[in-house]
Amino acid sequence: MISIQNMTKVYGTGEAEVRALDGISLEIAKGEWVAITGPSGSGKSTLMHIIGCLDSPTGGEYWLNGAEVSGMDDTQLAAVRNREIGFVFQSFNLLSRVDALGQVMLPLQYQRGEKRLPRGDRAKRAREMLGLVGLDDRTHHLPTELSGGQQQRVAIARALAQQPSILLADEPTGNLDSKSGAEVMEIFHRLHREQGMTVVMVTHDPKVAAQAQRVIHFQDGLIAEPEQQGFDQAQPKGFDQAQPKGGA
Amino acid sequence: MDWLESLITAWHGLNANKVRSGLTMLGVIIGVASVIALLSIGQGVQESITGSISGAGSNLLFVAPGSFQMGGVESPSGSSASLTYADAQAIADPRNVPDAAIVAPEFTGNTQVIFGSANINTKVTGATPEYLTAFGMGVDRGRFISEGDVSGRGAVAVLGSAAASDLFGGFDPIGQKIKVSMPGAGGGRVSLTVVGVLSPQGGSRFSDPDNAVIVPITTAQTKIFDGRNAQGESLVTSVNVVVGNEERVDAITDQITTLLLKRHGFKPGEEGDFSVVSQADLLATLTQVTNILVVFLGVIAAISLLVGGIGIMNIMLVSVTERTREIGLRKAMGARKVDILMQFLLEAIILSLAGGALGIALGIGIALLVDKSGMTNAIITSQSIMLAVSFSVAVGLFFGIYPANHAAGLKPIEALRYE
Repeated sequence: MISIQNMTKVYGTGEAEVRALDGISLEIAKGEWVAITGPSGSGKSTLMHIIGCLDSPTGGEYWLNGAEVSGMDDTQLAAVRNREIGFVFQSFNLLSRVDALGQVMLPLQYQRGEKRLPRGDRAKRAREMLGLVGLDDRTHHLPTELSGGQQQRVAIARALAQQPSILLADEPTGNLDSKSGAEVMEIFHRLHREQGMTVVMVTHDPKVAAQAQRVIHFQDGLIAEPEQQGFDQAQPKGFDQAQPKGGA
Repeated sequence: MDWLESLITAWHGLNANKVRSGLTMLGVIIGVASVIALLSIGQGVQESITGSISGAGSNLLFVAPGSFQMGGVESPSGSSASLTYADAQAIADPRNVPDAAIVAPEFTGNTQVIFGSANINTKVTGATPEYLTAFGMGVDRGRFISEGDVSGRGAVAVLGSAAASDLFGGFDPIGQKIKVSMPGAGGGRVSLTVVGVLSPQGGSRFSDPDNAVIVPITTAQTKIFDGRNAQGESLVTSVNVVVGNEERVDAITDQITTLLLKRHGFKPGEEGDFSVVSQADLLATLTQVTNILVVFLGVIAAISLLVGGIGIMNIMLVSVTERTREIGLRKAMGARKVDILMQFLLEAIILSLAGGALGIALGIGIALLVDKSGMTNAIITSQSIMLAVSFSVAVGLFFGIYPANHAAGLKPIEALRYE
């Protein structure tokens, strides 16, 4: 599903040059739950943004669902972001003056092609998604009227609205208290278990990382240790753990 | 995302930020309204001034003492005591100026006119019977100044329609006695009997006959004002000459100039101590002045536009951080650059058009209000509306799209992190 070959990301030039990614390669299979950990500045967020097509790599290859992403133009990237990726941010990134339903409908506006949902069906889809994260009763609340945990759940519902193939989460519990964090993690578990959602999650928290099937540890722009298999009791049926093969 | 979708998104965007939208629109409204109002007033002033001059007929010449300057034509006695009643009689002599159809000398000054407790400060014009026909006026009630009044220094007065209603309100002034202050003569007053009222002349004509009080010229020269020079000759403030044939205006100007130069002891071709001004000259000078006025108002309007534009720019720049993040998020959700630009373009168009429409309404409203108030005319031209709207819409569009264009080109993560 995701195949990254020899990827580099360099910020700045000359002496100020920072190699956020220093030639990494990795594969993530469909249905996998991968946690990316590492100290600040180790490049894990950079990788996450590149996987989410929010940033572009300096070098290397990035294959997503069999397509080479790094050569795409703005329009193609927009389509990939919309169709394939649901991104959950640490700081939620909700529009400040839009209610929960509107937030979730946002990515649906930008759908193109066959997957495009008719305008009339979007509110229904958005309600379903809010139901999925347990916010049926908060559809018309503004972000300021929601708790941090609720805001992040709205953000997850938004990430899921256009039915992406991968859910990316950058420190999704980083701004939350432990109870809200646990609720949010429960949603990821359920999505992974019940829908076979591919989840890639950056986290500082070892407890959060431990819930993943696999942990990738970053150090100075490189993958530090041999990939450590985590264990996931809620592994979906039919998931072929023996062959985590990319480029599906 | 189709355009209808963009329109809905744009509408939601504007609706969600009512203060920002309102302030942006206010910038457009102020710009458009001020341009329309100011240009309309400028046009109106110009039209009413030049209209009143040309309305008096282009076959009119004014001979005035001193060199010609704006206001010099109407300046009260004393500004230049070079033009005498004898000069006027010489001009009236067909042997000297054969083409002059009517010669109407006047001696005009400003003073206080009193009836009972009513009291107006106005122009008191000493005139001969020719004055009425020279300016094409009509008598509404009573009679005008007669030859007998002039020769006998009659204590009579004819009131302009506005002066009559100011002094007498509703009732008939004929036969009533008014008092006219003698300026600079220890506060003495001359008592005059009203013998006639002029028909309303309408408009704000430059000679403003509706407010005038007309008396026999001899009365003005001797009883009210001090209309004599050191040699004891009667002075006039202006000689109004009606030319029989409009094409002869230049010829008559020359005839009068030659005559007066000779009478005043100048050599032909010298500057002289008087001026002969035709309606056309006045019009040209006044047009020059009113053009300056129009330009002046135009500059004020342009500043208003600029201020409105800066207002729009401010609002847009203040919200650029928030908007850049919004754009980053929208891009992260799958918006293309063109979707973003379309949304912001439509937002700007809605604001500009709504603001423009309100601005037009407000500008026309102000212009009509000024027009109705009687201060001056206001003429609303389509050019001023076009100018105002096109400029404001351009400013609105430019500053509406400006922050978006940059942000839409950023990578989503850069836009999301924008500070």
